[in-house]
Amino acid sequence: MRPPPRPSSTRAPASLRELRMPPMKSTMSKRKLKESVEESAECISQVQKILRERFCHYCAAGKLFGMKQQYSHLLELLKRTTVHGESNSALIIGPRGSGKTALLNHVLEDLREMNQVRENLLEVHLNGLLQTNDKVALKEITRQLQLENVVGDKVFGSFAENLAFLLEALRRGNRTSSCPVLFVLDEFDLFVHHKNQSLLYNLFDISQSAQTPVTVIGLTCRQDILELLEKRVKSRFSHRQIYLMNSFDFKEYIKIFKKQLSLPAEFPDEAFAQKWNNNVQHLSEDKTVRDVLQKLFQHTKDLRSLHLLLMLAVSAVTTHHPLPTAADLQEASRQHSSDSRANIVHGLSVLEICLIIAMKHLNEVYDGEPFNFQMVYNEFQKFIQRKAHSMYNFEKPVVMKAFEHLLQLELVKPLERPSARAQREYLLMKLLLDSSQIMEALQVYPNCPTDVKQWAASSLSWL
Amino acid sequence: MNTRQQTKLIYSWYGKPLSSDRKLRTSQYKGIFITSESTKTETCIQLGDFILVEGVNADQPYVAQLMDLYEDGAQHKRAVVQWFCRLEEIPQNKRKLLKREISAQEVFFDQILGYDTDIAAETIIKSIMVLPLHLGEELPVITLNKEQTFYVKQSWDGKCFKVLSPDTFSKLKEANKKRGVITNSSKAFVPSDILTPVKKETDSVLRSATKPKNVDMEIESKHSASKSSLAKERHSQRVAKNDIKTPTARKKLELSSPTRSKGRLLGSEVLGLLDDDCDAIAPLKTSATKRKVKFTSDTSGSPPKIPCSNDKAKSTSETAEHHQRFSDTIRLSPYTRVKDFSGKDKNLHEKDDVLSSVGYQKPSSQSPVLTPRSRRACAQKTSALIAEQISMLDQEDFLSGSDSSYSSSSEEEEDDDVPCTPEKKTKSSRVFSTPKSSRKSAVHTPVKTMKKTPSQGTPRTPRNATPEIPRRIQAAQEPTSVLEEARLRLHVSAIPESLPCREEEFQDIYNFVESKLIDGTGGCMYISGVPGTGKTATVHEVIRCLQRAAENDELPPFQFVEINGMKLTDPHQAYVQILEFLTGQKVTATHAAVLLAKLFSTPGPKRKTTVLIVDELDLLWTRKQNVMYNLFDWPTQKHSKLIILAIANTMDLPERIMMNRVASRLGLTRMSFQPYTYKQLQQIISSRLKGVKAFEEDAVQLVSRKVAALSGDARRCLDICRRATEICEFAGEKRTPEIVRMAHVIEAIDEMFSSPYANAIRNASLHEQIFLKAILAEFRRAGVEEATVQQIYHHHVALCRMEGLQSPTVSEIMAICSRLGACRLLLVEASNKYLHMRVRLNLGQDDVMYALREE
Repeated sequence: MRPPPRPSSTRAPASLRELRMPPMKSTMSKRKLKESVEESAECISQVQKILRERFCHYCAAGKLFGMKQQYSHLLELLKRTTVHGESNSALIIGPRGSGKTALLNHVLEDLREMNQVRENLLEVHLNGLLQTNDKVALKEITRQLQLENVVGDKVFGSFAENLAFLLEALRRGNRTSSCPVLFVLDEFDLFVHHKNQSLLYNLFDISQSAQTPVTVIGLTCRQDILELLEKRVKSRFSHRQIYLMNSFDFKEYIKIFKKQLSLPAEFPDEAFAQKWNNNVQHLSEDKTVRDVLQKLFQHTKDLRSLHLLLMLAVSAVTTHHPLPTAADLQEASRQHSSDSRANIVHGLSVLEICLIIAMKHLNEVYDGEPFNFQMVYNEFQKFIQRKAHSMYNFEKPVVMKAFEHLLQLELVKPLERPSARAQREYLLMKLLLDSSQIMEALQVYPNCPTDVKQWAASSLSWL
Repeated sequence: MNTRQQTKLIYSWYGKPLSSDRKLRTSQYKGIFITSESTKTETCIQLGDFILVEGVNADQPYVAQLMDLYEDGAQHKRAVVQWFCRLEEIPQNKRKLLKREISAQEVFFDQILGYDTDIAAETIIKSIMVLPLHLGEELPVITLNKEQTFYVKQSWDGKCFKVLSPDTFSKLKEANKKRGVITNSSKAFVPSDILTPVKKETDSVLRSATKPKNVDMEIESKHSASKSSLAKERHSQRVAKNDIKTPTARKKLELSSPTRSKGRLLGSEVLGLLDDDCDAIAPLKTSATKRKVKFTSDTSGSPPKIPCSNDKAKSTSETAEHHQRFSDTIRLSPYTRVKDFSGKDKNLHEKDDVLSSVGYQKPSSQSPVLTPRSRRACAQKTSALIAEQISMLDQEDFLSGSDSSYSSSSEEEEDDDVPCTPEKKTKSSRVFSTPKSSRKSAVHTPVKTMKKTPSQGTPRTPRNATPEIPRRIQAAQEPTSVLEEARLRLHVSAIPESLPCREEEFQDIYNFVESKLIDGTGGCMYISGVPGTGKTATVHEVIRCLQRAAENDELPPFQFVEINGMKLTDPHQAYVQILEFLTGQKVTATHAAVLLAKLFSTPGPKRKTTVLIVDELDLLWTRKQNVMYNLFDWPTQKHSKLIILAIANTMDLPERIMMNRVASRLGLTRMSFQPYTYKQLQQIISSRLKGVKAFEEDAVQLVSRKVAALSGDARRCLDICRRATEICEFAGEKRTPEIVRMAHVIEAIDEMFSSPYANAIRNASLHEQIFLKAILAEFRRAGVEEATVQQIYHHHVALCRMEGLQSPTVSEIMAICSRLGACRLLLVEASNKYLHMRVRLNLGQDDVMYALREE
C-alpha cells in the first residue's frame, strides 16, 4: 500500500514556521532572513516534490536494488520474444514491496528504447483484482489488442464468441510474421481461481505452440503459486521463475537509504543539493540513525516501509529546518512502529479502562475463555466495593454504554453475531488486547488513579 | 427450417420400370415424382436432369446430374448421380490453382472417384439448371434465380482443374435440351388407370378457377403499392389497367378458365394425368404457368434469359424455352396443359405478361414468402404464387413455401383442397414416405441470407471481423549462433520431422483411424496419459500422415475437426464448434446439437468421414453428461462416418466420471501414453538437436534422468534445456564456450525445481525468522499444528529477550504475520480476528528448521 499523500509543501512549512522561528532569528538579520527563506522555500518545495515522487510512485521512478541478475534475465527473455519471435512464459515471484512491478517496468522501458524493439511489441496488461473472471479478461485483452471486433472502446459478442475469436486471431499468426504479444498478469494468483483456469491454459498453450509469439509474465507474491496451477496448465508453463527476495544485508540497506534520500545531480540549486547530500551522508554515519534503520531492517526488508519512514522524516523539513536530522528520523520511527490498538486505549475513559482491566482479569482467571457483559460487570462491582476509593459506583446502564463503546472500537469482539433473541448482557465476547498491551497503555495513561493501576497489576491486590 | 421438416414428402416412381434385372432384383425407372403430402404439389424429375442433393450443410446442397434411377431388392429407391463440385467443396489450398474469380454459381464437373455416386433417392431436393460454358466465356448476366442455375466450365478430379472435354460438354448440353424430349416420351409409360381421376380434377379446376384470380387481384393491388423500381412502376400501370377492369371483366376471366381447362382436356389427351397428384394446387398452377409460358414466348426469346426466371419458376421458364425451340406439339410432362392454354387463351395475354414480368423482376427467393415482414411482400407473393403454380418440377423446399402462402392467401383454396383428398388417397399405393429429416435444407438458404444481410451492418456481430494480430514491423531475426539455433529447435512449439519414442502408439492410432476410414464406419478411441507425454502431438501427427495419404489418393478423403475442452467456455459450445467446422454455420448450442444429430444419423451421400479430436475430454463433463453421451453416440450410428479420438489425462476417466451408458458408448478401444523414460527423453532431445552440437552428451542425460524421475513430462525437459542454453550463453559471453555443459544444466534444473520456501525464509527479515521460530516453539509446546497470534506473540517476546532485541509491538507482529501470510509461508485466517487469528505453517516444520538453522 502506498502511504497517503503528504500535505503539500507550501502548507507544511506554514504550519511549522512559527515553531522553528526563534532559534533562527538570533543568528540572522531580518532582511537577510527573508531573502534566504524565499530562496530556500523554492528549494525545499523542489526537494519535497522529487522525494515525494520517488517514495510514492515507487515502481515508476524508483531505482532497482540488488536485482541485476533478474533484470538481465527478464530483459533477455523479452528481447528474444520481440526480436526472434520466441514464445515464453515466466513468473516473477517475490514478497510484497520487493519490486516486481518496478523490475518489469524498468525492463519494458529499456526495451522500448531499443531500436529493434520499438513498435514491435504489443502489450496487454491485466490485473487479477480488476479482471475477476475470464469473460472480463477476454474483453480486456481484445480491447487492448485493438482487434477487429472492437468497436470504439467496447467489445461485443458473447463470451464464447470472444474466446473463439481471440484464439483464432492468435492461432493465425506465426513466429516470423506476427507482432509478438506480451501478456502481463499482475496478481497472477487471482487468475488461478478462474473457472477451469482456461485463460491461463490458453495463454500458456499458445506460448507452447507455433502460433503468434506471446510471452506471458505473471507477477505474484505467493511462493506456492505453482502448486495452484492445474496439472495441464502447469505442464504448459515453462517453469521459469524469477525470484525477488530482498536479499540484501544491512550495509546495502544503508546504501539504499542514502541513494533514496540524496538529491539527483541535475537538481537546479547545486549548492543546496551539495549541502543536502552531505547531510544525508552524515546521517548515514550517525549512530541513532543507524539504530533506527537497523530496527526497521530487522522488522522488514520491504523497501516500502523504508520509504514510509523517510517520507515521515522528510515532511518535517521546512525552510527553517531545511535538513532532516536524526531526531526527525527517530520521531518517524516511533510513529511508524507505534501500536495502533494501544493508542486507542489512551483515549478511553477511566470507566472503560476499568472494564478492560476487569476483562483482563477474567482472561487470566478463565485462561482465555470468552466472557459476557454480566461477568465483566460483576468483576467491576467487586473492584468498586472492595478496593476503589476514587471510583464512583456507576449504574449498570452506564456501564453497559461504556461496554458498547468498547465493542464499537473493536477492542472487544463478540464470538457470534448478535441475534435478536440473545440478551446483550449474555453475549459471549473476547478481548482483542494482550495484557502486555494493556499494561503498557496504563503506564502512559494520563491521570490514571492509583487504585486502578494497582488493581490492574493484580486482581488480588485488595487482599 | 423447421417448416420443411414438417412437410412430408413422398417419392414415387414415374412410369413403369424401364428394365429390370431379375438376379439383382432391381428395376430401373425413367423418372421420379416427389409429392408433398401437405401441399399436394408434385414435381417430376427425369433422368439426365440436374438436381440438388441434400448435403452436410443445409445451405449448400450438392449439385448433381441424375444418371440412373432404380429400385433395389429391398424396395429402396436409389439413384445414381454424376456429382458436381461447388467451390466450397474444393480444399482451400487447391482453389489457387484456378487463378480466376469463381462466382458462386459456378460448379465443377466432379471426377473424383472417391465419392459414392449411388444415393438414396430421398435425398434429392429438386431439379435445377446446370449450363456448360466454355472456359473463357462470361457468365450470363443473371438477374433472377441465382440459386437455381449453375454453370460448369471445368472439371475437377481432386488434383487439378481441367477444361471440360468436348464430349462431356456436349453431353451436358444435350442433357439440358433433352429434358423436354424425355418427358414427352415418358408419357407412354403413364399407367392408364390414372387417367380417370383427371376428369375429377377438371372439376376441381373448374371450381377453383376463381381462386387464382382473386389471388392475382390481391397481389396486384398490393403490388401497386410498392413502386421502388421502374419495372414495378410499369407493372403497376398495368395493374392499374387490370384494376380498372370492372367485376365483369373478372367474371370473364373466371369464365375463361373453365373453358380453358375443358379445352385442354379435349385437346390434349392426358394433360390431367400429370396433375393427378397435384390436386388442389393444380388449378392455380395451371393459370399461372400458362401465363409464364406465354410471357417467355412473347418477350424472351434469347437463350441467356433462360435463367432469368423466378427462383422456383426457373424450371418452368426452362421448359418454356424448350417449347419454343421444339415444336408446339412437344409436351413437357407437367406443363402440357400449360402449353395448350397459352395457345388458346389469348385474351389473358396481357395479364400473363404482367404477372410473369413481376416474376422476372423479382429475383426473390422462395422463403421470403413465408415472412410477411419483408418489404417486398407483395412482389414475393406474386412470385411465390407463380412458383407455386409451376411447382411441379420443383419439389421440396418449394412445398413449404407454397404451404404457407396457401394459408395466407385465401380460404377458398382450402375448400378446393377438400374434394381432392380422396383422390389422393386412391393413389397412396405409390406413396413412398421419406424420412422427415431428409428435407431440410433448401428452404433455409434464402431465409438465412435474408437474415444475415441486415445483421452484417451492425457492429454487434464480430462475424465479419477478421481475427488477426497485427503484423510485426521489423522482420524477426533468424538464429545466428549455434545456441540460438538449438533454442529454436528445443522450443516446444517446434514441430519435429518425426515423433521419436511414440512409434507404437502412432501406429496403433493410425491403424485404427485408417481402418475406419477405409470401411467408412465410425468409432471411438480413448487416449489417456499425464500431461506432456505427447498425446496431442501424436494424434496430430497421425492426422497429418492420413491427410497426406488422402491427398495421394491412398485413402478416402476425410474431414478433420478438433475441439478442446479447455478452449470452450461451456461444454455445450462443443456442438457449435463442431458444426462450424463442418458446415460453417453459426447457430446456438441447442440448435447445433439438433443439426449435428441429424447430420450424423442420416445417410449423407457425398459426406466424407469426419475425424474428430476431442482434447481435454474431462472438461466436457456436465451433470447430465449429455454432451459426452451425444459425442460417443454418434459414431455408433450407422451412417455417421464419425471417428472420435478422445484425449484426457486420467486413465480411468470413463469409469470415474462417466455414467455407464456414456462409458459403454465410448467403447473399450483405449490407449494410454506412459510417461517418458529417461532414455526416451534423451532421444527426444537428441533428435531435435540433430546436426547442432550444442549440448554435452552427459548434460542431456542428466536432464532426462532428472525429468523422468519427476514427471516424465517432455515439455519440462525441453524447457530445462532451453533455459540451460540461455544460462550458457549468458555465462559464456566472455569466454565463448558455446556448448552447454553439466554446470549450466544443473543451474537450470535448480532454478526450476528448487523449493522456493527455503530461499524465502533465508531471505526474510530477522523478526520474521524469529516469528517462525516462535511458531515452532508454540507448536511444540501445544502439540497442535495451529496457534493463535497471541500465543505466538508471547513466544516471540521471549525469544527477543533472549537475543537481546527490542520486542516488537503487536502492530508490528501483525504486519509480520500478514507478510508471511501473503507469501503463503503461513496460512492465516482473516485478519479481523486480530490476536485470535489462527496461524498454520504452509510447509513442514522440518523444512522451516532446516532453512533457519543454516544461518
